[in-house]
Amino acid sequence: MSDIVLKLSGIVKSFPGVLANDHVNFTLKKGEVHALLGENGAGKTTLMNITFGIYRQDEGEIYINGERAEITSPHRAMEYGIGMIQQHFSLVPSFSVAENIALGLKGSKISPKVDLVRKKVKDLAERFGLNVNPDSRIWQLSAGEQQRVEILKLLYMNAQIMILDEPTAILTPQEATNLFKTIKEMVKYGASVIFISHKLKEVLEVSDRITVMRHGKVIDTLKKDEVSERILAKKMVGRDVVLKILKKPSAPKKVELEVKDLWSRGDKGIYAVRGVSLEVKSGEILGIAGVAGNGQRELAESIYGLRKYTGEVKIEGETMRPLSVVSRMKSGVAYIPQDRKEVALCGGLPIYYNLFLKKPFRVPEFYLNPYLFNSSRLKRPSEQLVNEYLISTSSLNLEVKYLSGGNMQKVVLARELSLNPKLIIAVHPTRGLDVGAIEFVYKILLKARDNGTAILLVAGDLEEIFTLSDRVAVLYEGEIIGYSKPDESHLEEIGLMMAGVRKVKK
Amino acid sequence: MTQNIMTTTISSAIRAGTPLLFASIGELLAERSGVLNLGVEGMMLIGAFTGFAVSYNTGNLLLAVVAAMAAAAVLAALHAFMSVTLRANQVVSGLALVFLGSGLSGFWGQRYVGMQAQALSNFSIPFLGKIPIVGEVLFNRDPLVYVGYIIVPLVWWFLYKTKAGMNLRAVGEAPSAADARGINVSLTRYVYTIVGGAFAGLGGAYLSLAYTPMWVENMSAGRGWIAIVLVIFAIWDPLIAMAGAYLFGGISVLQFGLQVAQIPIPANIMKMFPYLFTIIVMLFTSGEKMKKRFGAPSALGVPYSREGKM
Repeated sequence: MSDIVLKLSGIVKSFPGVLANDHVNFTLKKGEVHALLGENGAGKTTLMNITFGIYRQDEGEIYINGERAEITSPHRAMEYGIGMIQQHFSLVPSFSVAENIALGLKGSKISPKVDLVRKKVKDLAERFGLNVNPDSRIWQLSAGEQQRVEILKLLYMNAQIMILDEPTAILTPQEATNLFKTIKEMVKYGASVIFISHKLKEVLEVSDRITVMRHGKVIDTLKKDEVSERILAKKMVGRDVVLKILKKPSAPKKVELEVKDLWSRGDKGIYAVRGVSLEVKSGEILGIAGVAGNGQRELAESIYGLRKYTGEVKIEGETMRPLSVVSRMKSGVAYIPQDRKEVALCGGLPIYYNLFLKKPFRVPEFYLNPYLFNSSRLKRPSEQLVNEYLISTSSLNLEVKYLSGGNMQKVVLARELSLNPKLIIAVHPTRGLDVGAIEFVYKILLKARDNGTAILLVAGDLEEIFTLSDRVAVLYEGEIIGYSKPDESHLEEIGLMMAGVRKVKK
Repeated sequence: MTQNIMTTTISSAIRAGTPLLFASIGELLAERSGVLNLGVEGMMLIGAFTGFAVSYNTGNLLLAVVAAMAAAAVLAALHAFMSVTLRANQVVSGLALVFLGSGLSGFWGQRYVGMQAQALSNFSIPFLGKIPIVGEVLFNRDPLVYVGYIIVPLVWWFLYKTKAGMNLRAVGEAPSAADARGINVSLTRYVYTIVGGAFAGLGGAYLSLAYTPMWVENMSAGRGWIAIVLVIFAIWDPLIAMAGAYLFGGISVLQFGLQVAQIPIPANIMKMFPYLFTIIVMLFTSGEKMKKRFGAPSALGVPYSREGKM
């Protein structure tokens, strides 16, 4: 077919330990907006980075207008008419808008043709409703304005294939609406757009076709008219049943964690958590479901004191100060972060050291007496933990970075749970683990619950939520949109809430 | 009498500032491309030694200066290879260069200690040199001082007004953006690290051919470090670097003036001032916003690789 401008065929790309793209096929038609939908880590960005020449594919071919293309660098991609707006903008902060667009342009010899660019940029800005002053410096501009500069850059180069990687993540709703208008305008002028997102609503709003990716594979490509938010949510989150673990009915007792009207900003300065209130009782697991990027991480970090917030966090009735992790530790809160390599462990330190990183705050005599920090004292209890948590390692002295992901997570669990916490905050506790390790994590968490620990579980995988939690709260755009029960009969309800549809009161 | 002291102080400040000026302009160019080269001291020493040796053996001053620049450029090329191609730690590689430079120059220079070679002499620029006081201070100097006057505005113009200068700044500030615009990040870093080395060599040559025309082991005496500090002091702007070079040069001369005038400020305190000034400047310029405003090379010291970003 002649109207296919871009065709990706059998793309494979693996990173150490991860198969990011597994024989992916994808086509882009002329003049369409094609959304690439999927969870974080589904391989959308990797696929587009390959198309834009940032990565090289291990296998597979790229065809542009029917011809095989070798895209070795972003610059080469642009020569093929492919432009991409990455999540991190590629702009030079101290340069003006016009200078950024003039950067690297061919044709001028000594001095850059900034004046000429300025004129053309003004025209383009007017035509596409992209209001930016060409003489402003990038560092003075808001994220939304910077994005407009990136779009202008693509328009200036007359890019025929435009890739937008989660463009709305940094935008206010109004700016997002304007962006969609601009996209429609660009398509009118003959461009084709690939729109990466994990937000169902906006995908349905702008795109003509939607390709859903999961775990590095394309699940389906659908026309917009054929789908609804519900279908998309189902395809995106998936229901790959991995294992079944039976759990006893929960016996919730007193309230351990109480959160009231918590507001917190994401890394980009926009509110990611918008007025969340919740309670977790001892002996129960509250699962937080939701499509990634709806404020889960920020919520967990705020509760643990790693992120600024307004509102109230009470542990056992005691109000915690924001940004005080130590006070949480002293109150018996354990934290299993989503990024175990960066946040939970010190890769360069031996296992026994990592196991005791937190101990001093709970056991004052350890903290005060420096002589107790000798390794033989630490090693004996560590050995117990290693045996108890089945951490497979050759030695206690092994640096943690050499362990497999599953064993790393066991080290984290061993450390956090050995303190007999009253509350566990677990964020994607099984991400990247194999089935065996997942089962182990599930059992440990359930055992802690049965012993009366309160657990706040954040997970993207619905299966995990169903297996573990006693109640499910669905987070959508930073708000708890509703609660549900964790069983199959409520699957559709949860899927709808994840897509932003509020629970209808009966 | 006072006027005399003033003119001598200012003119010796300019002389003392000139080697700092060259070295810091060189470091500025390298850092603008994102390569931190802490080996300035070593490159200056190699430059000083090579310049002196070539002058001694050939008597050709122009050749001596060119050879000094080339020798230091070779060291810089080594650093570029380490930090761009091998993506090694730039701090370690730069420090290694210091010891390499001082060791090699000390070893090869043994037989030149105490020798005399052709040195650069002052010449008065027609008309300008005749202006009272100003002419004496500014325009009755050796040729390299004049080179310093000319090179700074040239570098400024190059950095801010030319396409190549724009590419250079982009590479140091946002290498991935530059890469996406078809600018060869590695090549740019190689070129400016090597050019920067040549400037450090020129600064070294100034020491052994004009400032104190002889060869003494480790004769740069910490000027390489001051040059690095000066780049930060100048927030990567060549014009400020020039003013700073003469200021820091002046401070180093003032030490002797104060001793002669018997004003009791210890020399060690005076030596501290360049660093103190720099810390004060850093207090005001190290904010994230400020850095972006001045175009500080935010990729400084960070090796670039396209796939390594994730």
